[in-house]
Amino acid sequence: MPNNNIQLDENGKLRHFLSIEGLNQGVLNEILDTAESFTSVTDRTIKKVPILRGKTVANLFFEASTRTRSTFELAEQRLSADILSLNVNTSATVKGESLLDTLQNLEAMQIDMFVIRHQDSGSAHFFAQHVRPGVSVLNAGDGQHEHPTQAMLDMYTIRHYKQDFSRLRVAIVGDILHSRVARSQIHALNLLNTAEVRVIAPRTLLPVDTESLGVSVYEDFEQGLEDVDVIIMLRLQKERMRGALLPSEKEYFRKYGLSQERLQRARPDAIVMHPGPANRGVEIESSVMDGSQSVILQQVSFGISVRMAVMSMIVGQSGLHSGGET
Amino acid sequence: MSLHIKNAELVDSVAGKLTRADLFIDNGRIVGIGSAPKTFKATQTIDADGCSVMPGLIDCQTRLRDPGEPEKANIESETRAAIENGITTLCIPPDTQPPIDNSATVELIHHRNEMFGHQARVHPIGALTRGLAGEQLSNMASLKGNGCIAFSNAKSPLANNLVQRRAMDYAAGQHALVIIQPLDHDLLANGCAHEGAIATRLGLPSIPEAAETAALAKDIELVAQTGARTHFGQLSCARSVDMVRRAKAKGLPITADCAIHQLFLIDHDIGLFDSNMLTLPPLRSQYDRDALREGVADGSIDCLCSDHQPHEIDAKLKPFPSAEPGISGLDTLLALALRLVDEGVLPLADLLAKLTLNPATILGLAGGKIAPGEVADLIIVDLEAHWICSSANFVSKGKNTAFEGWDFRGRVTHTLIDGNLVFQS
Repeated sequence: MPNNNIQLDENGKLRHFLSIEGLNQGVLNEILDTAESFTSVTDRTIKKVPILRGKTVANLFFEASTRTRSTFELAEQRLSADILSLNVNTSATVKGESLLDTLQNLEAMQIDMFVIRHQDSGSAHFFAQHVRPGVSVLNAGDGQHEHPTQAMLDMYTIRHYKQDFSRLRVAIVGDILHSRVARSQIHALNLLNTAEVRVIAPRTLLPVDTESLGVSVYEDFEQGLEDVDVIIMLRLQKERMRGALLPSEKEYFRKYGLSQERLQRARPDAIVMHPGPANRGVEIESSVMDGSQSVILQQVSFGISVRMAVMSMIVGQSGLHSGGET
Repeated sequence: MSLHIKNAELVDSVAGKLTRADLFIDNGRIVGIGSAPKTFKATQTIDADGCSVMPGLIDCQTRLRDPGEPEKANIESETRAAIENGITTLCIPPDTQPPIDNSATVELIHHRNEMFGHQARVHPIGALTRGLAGEQLSNMASLKGNGCIAFSNAKSPLANNLVQRRAMDYAAGQHALVIIQPLDHDLLANGCAHEGAIATRLGLPSIPEAAETAALAKDIELVAQTGARTHFGQLSCARSVDMVRRAKAKGLPITADCAIHQLFLIDHDIGLFDSNMLTLPPLRSQYDRDALREGVADGSIDCLCSDHQPHEIDAKLKPFPSAEPGISGLDTLLALALRLVDEGVLPLADLLAKLTLNPATILGLAGGKIAPGEVADLIIVDLEAHWICSSANFVSKGKNTAFEGWDFRGRVTHTLIDGNLVFQS
């Protein structure tokens, strides 16, 4: 196995947050517990704690993002950080500056933490290997590899509604092949001892040897949904039709769209999740998305607490106990 | 100059054995083994006691990056790396900038090698199609006349089967060897790692075996159709070895090589996105590696090559999918070959044939064997010299090794080309 310890210091504390793979159950539970303590902050009128006061966080997005970037920014603001946000695909790298030069120029501005999204798998590890000691990297999505904060907010959501992972069947449905979210979710669910993790997808959207990730694979949606407690729908990118991976949105919906009727196959108290942005009528029917079993909007608000938790753990302060209020 | 090499253990790949005998060299040729000709008088004597004498290595696939990419390497730097590592002959694929599709480029390479090189033999492989574009034939007859030893489209696609068929027909008519690296660019897509559990876990765009084997199947059929003598370069898959084995059994005029790193490294070695492990074809599975070794042992794979691709540091200082593929291989070629001997793939004399006799025969080159009358391209190797691989000590300008920290044995003490002592440690 590769050495993932780049993420943890000698005391097992978070130094970077790059991938769920390489972390342990203890760290994941600490993230979830810390996030819970922050949930109360986000409910207050004054939504700020001083944990990142005097620290500068740079949000480096080499790929477009709406909700991930805004929830990171909100989390940073609520931790009282100074924030620098850059859309890098429209700035220096277009002019031929190398990735490392971009990074080092920002480091020279005394950045303490980088939140980075980049289109290359492995880019988060690459940055973490090249930042100065004491500077942290937080992966906001690297290619098709991992999106660990998204997975943790999903775990938070599942724990919030279902408590004990060891009794759960969880199905992840859709474009597993291209999904960094799915990879992080699978690792997190397995680390948290989930009873069964299923992935459901047509073969063209499954990577080879998917089972090696620790999941059971279903190509038949109906079968895969039998008795599951949690359904996680993934976004289907429109490019997939052009790449000859799928015939049409219509056929995809017919075979893999989550309808009210199909939802009946799952346990009656099953929850429906989606990392967003969802395509109504492609992977999920509007009535399901807006229905009573959907927790999609809750996921978004939990995302702020989870990101606050990860950032506070990286600067060495767990939750509110060491923080105090402004 | 006349030279007497004393107390040598000769590695004889023709007879497949090691013999102990003195070696006498005069006027660039081997003139005696065991006993000197009557009139022989040595102007220099080398005592090779404890060392082995072998034919200089012939590397059938080396990129010198010259002309075109001086930031990576050049003829001066890489021919020096070659002679210090026992490689006396270098065959360079046509994907230089500009490509080797015209006589001027061929002459430029020869000229630069004369001006700046270190006497290693540099043989250009001509472009099979003009500009490597896969549309029009290159001037193969003229290029052959200028010294191109074979024709290849390197890694550029031959997308049009009709063009490929005609190129092979034309080459066959010129009695020229065609070299093909089988690669289907549609199936390659934007892949950067072998399609398997590792790429799945790391989320790396993957390259299926069929990117090689589908192309190879087509290429073999075109050999059957045209009769063009064809050499397949840098095979990476178990299924490819099997296809070559069967095609050879049918009597098709086919030979093959693989890059020596492919016999050691597998996709698992990518670890946490180590860009030094980025190669094309990709590092495959352990199953593929074992099958390649079997192919080397049973003769399905005739030659080994360094597939030397020196890079500047920045080319690898990028996230894995954006880094440039290739390994700097000249400094480790002989050591890896000796390791294959240690690991029982083949005895020394038979394994060395893959780097001497066989490429010489296939490419129609001088050297490759120790026999009276043969050209004196020879190396003396201390087989017991141990060393730890460190890119900082590489002679090549390219420090991009995948073998940092490996424990090797075997060091070149002398290199002779054309009977001249061009390197002495």
